[in-house]
Amino acid sequence: MGDFILEMKNITKEFSGVKALDNVNLKVKKGEIHGLCGENGAGKSTLMKILSGVYPHGTFSGEIIFDGRELKLNNIKDAEDAGIGIIYQELSLVKELSVSENIFIGNEPNKNGIIDFDRMYYETKILLDKLNLNINPNVPVKNLGIGQQQLVEIAKALSKNVSLLILDEPTSSLTDADVEILFKILRQLKDNGVTCIYISHKLNEVMEITDRITVQRDGKTVGSEDTKNLTESEIIKMMVGRELTNLFPKEEHQIGKEILEVKNFSVYDSKSSSKKIVDNVSFTLKEGEILGIAGLIGAGRTELVSSIFGSYQGKHEGEIYLEGKKINIRNPDEALNYGIAMVPEDRKGQGLINILSVRNNMTLSNIESYKNNFGSVDENKEIVDVKKYIEMLKIKVSHFDLAVKNLSGGNQQKVVLAKNLLRNPKILILDEPTRGIDVGAKYEIYKLIYELVKSGISIIMVSSELPEVIGLSDRIVVMHEGKKKGEFVNKDVTQEMIMECAIGGK
Amino acid sequence: MVNSKGFKENDVSTNKKFTFNLKLYTMIIALVGIWIIFAIATKGDFLTSRNMSNLFRQMVSTAVLAIGMVFVIIAGQIDLSVGSLLGLTGGIAAIANVWFHFNGILSIIIALAVGLILGAWNGWWVAYKNVPSFIVTLAGMLVFRGILIGITNGYTIAPLSNDFQFIGQAYLTPVSGYLLGIIVLLVGAYTTYSQRKSKIKYGLEVSPSYLDIAKIILMVVLIGLFVFTLNSYNGIPFSVLILAILAAIFTYIASKTVFGRRVYALGGNIEAAKLSGINVKKITLILFAINGLLAAVSGVVLTSTLNAGSTSAGQNAELDAIAACVIGGASLSGGVGSVIGAIIGALVMASINNGMSLLNSAPFWQYVVKGLILLIAVYIDAASKNKE
Ligand SMILES: Nc1ncnc2c1ncn2[C@@H]1O[C@H](COP(=O)(O)OP(=O)(O)OP(=O)(O)O)[C@@H](O)[C@H]1O
Ligand SMILES: [Mg+2]
Repeated sequence: MGDFILEMKNITKEFSGVKALDNVNLKVKKGEIHGLCGENGAGKSTLMKILSGVYPHGTFSGEIIFDGRELKLNNIKDAEDAGIGIIYQELSLVKELSVSENIFIGNEPNKNGIIDFDRMYYETKILLDKLNLNINPNVPVKNLGIGQQQLVEIAKALSKNVSLLILDEPTSSLTDADVEILFKILRQLKDNGVTCIYISHKLNEVMEITDRITVQRDGKTVGSEDTKNLTESEIIKMMVGRELTNLFPKEEHQIGKEILEVKNFSVYDSKSSSKKIVDNVSFTLKEGEILGIAGLIGAGRTELVSSIFGSYQGKHEGEIYLEGKKINIRNPDEALNYGIAMVPEDRKGQGLINILSVRNNMTLSNIESYKNNFGSVDENKEIVDVKKYIEMLKIKVSHFDLAVKNLSGGNQQKVVLAKNLLRNPKILILDEPTRGIDVGAKYEIYKLIYELVKSGISIIMVSSELPEVIGLSDRIVVMHEGKKKGEFVNKDVTQEMIMECAIGGK
Repeated sequence: MVNSKGFKENDVSTNKKFTFNLKLYTMIIALVGIWIIFAIATKGDFLTSRNMSNLFRQMVSTAVLAIGMVFVIIAGQIDLSVGSLLGLTGGIAAIANVWFHFNGILSIIIALAVGLILGAWNGWWVAYKNVPSFIVTLAGMLVFRGILIGITNGYTIAPLSNDFQFIGQAYLTPVSGYLLGIIVLLVGAYTTYSQRKSKIKYGLEVSPSYLDIAKIILMVVLIGLFVFTLNSYNGIPFSVLILAILAAIFTYIASKTVFGRRVYALGGNIEAAKLSGINVKKITLILFAINGLLAAVSGVVLTSTLNAGSTSAGQNAELDAIAACVIGGASLSGGVGSVIGAIIGALVMASINNGMSLLNSAPFWQYVVKGLILLIAVYIDAASKNKE
């Protein structure tokens, strides 16, 4: 292998006194796919933001050598000009613009300043075809599901001619099939001499795609090693600092009587009211049960659960029975009053209020319960609860009044989870609950899910991670193109069986 | 600076209380700076108790508008109609009082009811018909002004009955002024004490007691100075008392109540707010209704102060109110702002008007200076954010 194309030396970055990165070193060889692993808040995204010019030269200490020269970036454009492209962890698309406009934002093909829309359309089409993404380049991004948005984000990065591509959790909302396509493209890029830095909490992917891995913990570099010399559990040990033997802490729990029945449920597209996204789905949920819902992106899982919760825009029909009584949920407020809570898929867009504090976000749903005699919020009572959940979910934050946008992705997810738990639901819907969460924290969340079902709460979990669905659920419903394709009692179920069902076979 | 949990206070750079205070302090310093400049330029005339009394009376109508406006802005909306609504409700009160000989109280109640209803009308279009607030209230601005001109036939309506004039022209007696000051102090001291006790009850850290004592001493000095200054002229103006009461109520609503929390959430991310079970339509409607009501209060106070209703009352007042909110730290993209900030912003604007009139500078200069202050205030805020 050739020389190092990138050397980041002794990088230290502080956020008002707290060290997010502490003397970090990263060396990446030319043409390799380099994995970057670490727990939530380990500083991976921060390091990559330094490399891509988000935090410009002078706001951190240490130096970056890229392609043999020292790199002093003043902004993102500088990084792009140097050949560094990045796919951010949090989606950064302009929702109102079309797919092609998003992909070419900032370098629109033009003649004398007039945009050549035909060429833009054509080139977008080629990019999308590469990604096996069958969408119209002219639709606004806001009409796409979150997985498709992530693919568009990838297409956007590919449209630029980069020599170093940073992928910060590119697959957190992709299904396995999409991940395969992405990997194929990454291997092609590698053959063309492009270097990649790949950040992911999905260790099996990291094992599969990377040549070398660097592990970070608490803002420090733990070490680097060739992937072929490592096993998953060794990476985990480097990340967490201790052994973690069983990823799914399966615990016995009592399953009681039926609590929810969804009957002949159909959901129509919010844009065109003739198109059915969910087609005649029925299922039941028992007290203390974990029901997994599996399927590919676009199978209608999110639309199904968010319609039940009352937050989906489109029309729906069918019946919902809660403890035998027929109910009609028109909005999230009513759902919450019935004891149904939901952790949405799109954390940034729907789960959190970025500019508000961790505390204000956490207690947004149950704020009524802190009301005292004067109609005001008893802040001290509130703070006690907030502290309890920060401790319980091991949320890494220096103060509960820090704006939630300053938290690492995984910690943000825990805040959304805490918000819904504080509402004390009977039924908790989790849409991709461990998206962007590290193995250690996942373990904590799985344990928490078991605590919840043991206390009688029922869980509906939508997840694209098959091991998670199989490792956790008592029963699994599989969806394909809006229809319920199968239902498995989770005993000796294999990933292959679910996958086959999800792609419409069987 | 390092507290018991081992992180520096500075870490909490986005702590709401902390940034709020930081902004508040810079604003107060800016205000004091403006006062000092005028004091020097007018050779002390600016700081006489008579002029201070006038200054506070002049700020009332903008400040009352700004209180309502800041809620609308925090929620991520805008209301351009309040200037016209101020004029219309003031005009209606004057017509009821002068032409129909209704007594002051009844005239005022009618005006307030009209304000509330027209505010709700704005809110209904925004919340339930999804018309952008900019458009709805731009329409309101034209329609309300049109109605005012129509019903008054262009006449100025005067003079008002005594019980109406009372609102804008009466003063509290010095003794009741001091009494009021003492009551406010006692309430302030008691809440400080009870908050402390509650923190201890829940096992939370309490700030060192000397800080609380310093806070109380500061309150004593400020309130004492305020009451003393106004008492050395005619006493606390009744309209200023109204403003103070409204300020207290709405500060409480914004920072302490469930409703206030939800308004901030709504402006921060409406989608997330909806999914958290917040009825965003209802809250939006209520906000605009409140804003209409406060526009009417402002209209009544202004009409009473001028002892007349006129067709031009409140022209451009909405822009002053918006500027006051923004100078006071509110962000037009929603989710950020405070009532105290808006009131200080209004005081800044009123100080410039007042000081420049004292200096006999041509009116056009007031526009120029106010515009530049607005620009600079927002620039400083944006620049300090970028540095973070
Ligand atoms: N703008 C900021 N202000 C204050 N603290 C910040 C800011 N950005 C990041 N941090 C802190 O720096 C640390 C590292 O965050 P970073 O986002 O790099 O973690 P990460 O390794 O990418 O985690 P994840 O896997 O959850 O995405 C975290 O503790 C985070 O709270
Ligand atoms: Mg990250």
